[in-house]
Amino acid sequence: MGEAKNPGTEERPKWDNKVQYLLTCIGFAVGIGNLWRFPYLCQIYGGGAFLIPYLIALVFEGLPLLYLELAIGQRLRMGSIGVWNNISPMLGGVGIASMVVSFLVSMFYNTIIAWVLWYFFNSFQNPLPWSQCPLNANQTGYSSECEKSTSVNYFWYRETLNITEDIGISGSLQWWMVICLATAWCVIYICFIKGIDSMGKAVYVTATFPYLVLTIFLIRALTLPGATDGLVYLFTPDWEILKKPQVWLDAATQIFFSLSVAFGGLIAFSSYNAERNDCERDALVVGITNSATSLYGSIPIFSILGFKARTNFNTCLEQNILTLTNHFDIAERNMTVENYDQWFDYLNVTHPGDIASLPLRVCDLQNFLDQSASGTGLAFIVFTEAVLEMPGSQVWAVLFFVMLLSLGLSSMFGNIEGVLTPLQELKLVPKWLPHEVLTAIVCLVSFLIGLIFTLGSGNYWVEVFNAYVGSVPLLIIAFCEIVGVAYIYGMKTFSEDIYFMTGRRPNIYWKACWMVISPLMLLVVFVAYVALQAGTYPTYPAWNPNYEDFPQTETKEYPKWVFGIIVALVVVPILSIPVVAVYNLIRCGIKKSSANVSGPNPYSNEAFEIETQERNTQSI
Amino acid sequence: TPNAWEVSPALRKMLGRIVFFLCLPSVLAAQLCKPNAAEGFKVRLSIKTALGDKAYEWNRNQRFLFQAAIAFAMSHHLDLEFNVSNILVCDETPRVSFWFVVTSPDDPSRLVGKESVELAVRASRGRINNILLLNDATLEFVGVLPTLAAPVKPATPSWLIVFGVVIGIVGAGIVFLLVSTVVQKKRKENEVAEEEDDDEEAQMKRTAGNEGIYNTSFSESDRNTQM
Repeated sequence: MGEAKNPGTEERPKWDNKVQYLLTCIGFAVGIGNLWRFPYLCQIYGGGAFLIPYLIALVFEGLPLLYLELAIGQRLRMGSIGVWNNISPMLGGVGIASMVVSFLVSMFYNTIIAWVLWYFFNSFQNPLPWSQCPLNANQTGYSSECEKSTSVNYFWYRETLNITEDIGISGSLQWWMVICLATAWCVIYICFIKGIDSMGKAVYVTATFPYLVLTIFLIRALTLPGATDGLVYLFTPDWEILKKPQVWLDAATQIFFSLSVAFGGLIAFSSYNAERNDCERDALVVGITNSATSLYGSIPIFSILGFKARTNFNTCLEQNILTLTNHFDIAERNMTVENYDQWFDYLNVTHPGDIASLPLRVCDLQNFLDQSASGTGLAFIVFTEAVLEMPGSQVWAVLFFVMLLSLGLSSMFGNIEGVLTPLQELKLVPKWLPHEVLTAIVCLVSFLIGLIFTLGSGNYWVEVFNAYVGSVPLLIIAFCEIVGVAYIYGMKTFSEDIYFMTGRRPNIYWKACWMVISPLMLLVVFVAYVALQAGTYPTYPAWNPNYEDFPQTETKEYPKWVFGIIVALVVVPILSIPVVAVYNLIRCGIKKSSANVSGPNPYSNEAFEIETQERNTQSI
Repeated sequence: TPNAWEVSPALRKMLGRIVFFLCLPSVLAAQLCKPNAAEGFKVRLSIKTALGDKAYEWNRNQRFLFQAAIAFAMSHHLDLEFNVSNILVCDETPRVSFWFVVTSPDDPSRLVGKESVELAVRASRGRINNILLLNDATLEFVGVLPTLAAPVKPATPSWLIVFGVVIGIVGAGIVFLLVSTVVQKKRKENEVAEEEDDDEEAQMKRTAGNEGIYNTSFSESDRNTQM
């Protein structure tokens, strides 16, 4: 009878199969950051030695948090708002905070996808547009901005972003970026149009394709000259570096942000599972796959960076060779890269004055290897430059950007899910509004607000959002989550829930982590993070062609109004946690009772639950 | 008999003048063409870089071809008839670099101005490059800026074409999925309207078949008798 009268209440959607669920979670966790943040950290923190703090952070912080989120989502079968309201009405704000953070992150994250799309569209040309500088106005030479920096830099900063010199100077909307952003949101919409039914099918491609491309790149990269330089450089351990606390802090933050916990997306995904599902094994699979992907991905990345360093070194030497050959009128090809050193020493002895007067560059392979980059710099500058030197550049460029697209899309799915599912639980949405229309509205609103990032100063805003929204609020939410479950929900009740779902109680390792180690680590990371940020006034690197040290970026301080926005971005998401707690305190007038959770909970009517449990025990 | 050298002074003078004029060109050439000449240009060829294995040996004949190419460029630009002998080449090095000057066809002792030579070379640069199988980078006229060819720009930037394809596919997909959802919903509503006439027994059986427990508290059939 219920079906006919009420078309709004559908049964909860569920995954087609376990593989779909696992691929979605892995896709959410494995994002662009695995490729452009982890190898960079490995490089600057002593190569192989960095793996130690990284793995320790994974075991004591990452996996427990992951398991916690998957378990409560699966047990309570609701999105983040419903789950936290269920555990305790005072913690209802945690769910709202997750939703707000997911919304803000999805806005700027999709801008990155728009940039990847732009590069993807431009990779179908010969020659690739970032390989040449355009001519200046009177066609006597190349554009001066491009000459001073490189054609790759120019393409990124001028032709893609059309960046302004200052975050205060907004510039205008860059129409090509607007249509790329619109395309990105359309792609997200089409994947989400039927909820997890369509998204679950899309994820078969977006979660597996990156691995295919990484393998292709691995095979190609290992055959490039200079690949071994890069790999040796990456993995040579520098054990001394482990004494610096910064390393441990970065390892802990990297694991935390890499696993995409505290967004609410993982809770939503696991809530669509069957009730009895081994979430412990799922958590282990997702966590270990995420770290393994980071490691696996860093091998081709660094082979290619080593190749690029070797190529730059050879180019540097060849420039010197040309200068010397022209000056001393030596026959062509007498001086080569191999015998350069002997020639140089000989000429230095015979004509020291001449050598001193010539503009010879210092070519040091180590120097070129040290030019590390992370983030957009790695993907859009360093890597695109490396691709130019590989034969068949277009193919490699297209493959690379499609891989980044897949990685970004699968992470966006989690972010969007973290917005949609709680939105429906908030009961703000009228029942007659179909799911498709709600998704369209969310996408449209995010697109319109995200137009900020297509302005001339857009890249600076993305950096602001990335550094401040995607960091401190998440740490606070995760801390509240773990403390809420371990102490307010109660470890006993939680263990019973896990026993119900997996058939075995969590062992001492999990309990110790949930109760002591992980909250402690999160607290330490949070305090250290804030202490580091609060020490200096925040600055940002600006691309200013009129800067005297151009092409170095100019370090500028954020204006006061931007600083205000930064503070708002950090505070507003987590504001809901104390506000909701206080509101409930006042409303119910109930003291925080951590012991009485199994007693009357106004948000869940357990009448039928007991009946179901009794029936189950009877049937067993 | 008179000595062979005891010729008439007139004859001696004429012989001297002939020798002088014969030597004059090379002397003049030596004086006109020298490294860092005011009206001269230094040229550098990087033949091995340009052609690799197919590189030709730089010899007298190749030099002749170079002189002919410059003579062509000068003739073309100034609309005068320049000969190969008007192009003087000197100071050749193993690098394959040398200096050259251009003498006027009317007066071989006068050099053509540097600006004219530069303009002539720039105007026919592509042709000169092709004659020698080189390009702007490998045939270097030191001090002469190459006229850069503007990169070819197609009417529609190619990225717009790819964008159009992608957005077309995505848009078509969205429309298709939305329409199919609406059609499915209409079909379900029709089916449901038929189901409402079902017996309650049938409903109970169906729920039991799905391994559920039919909750009779909301059932329509009244347990109590009607008053």
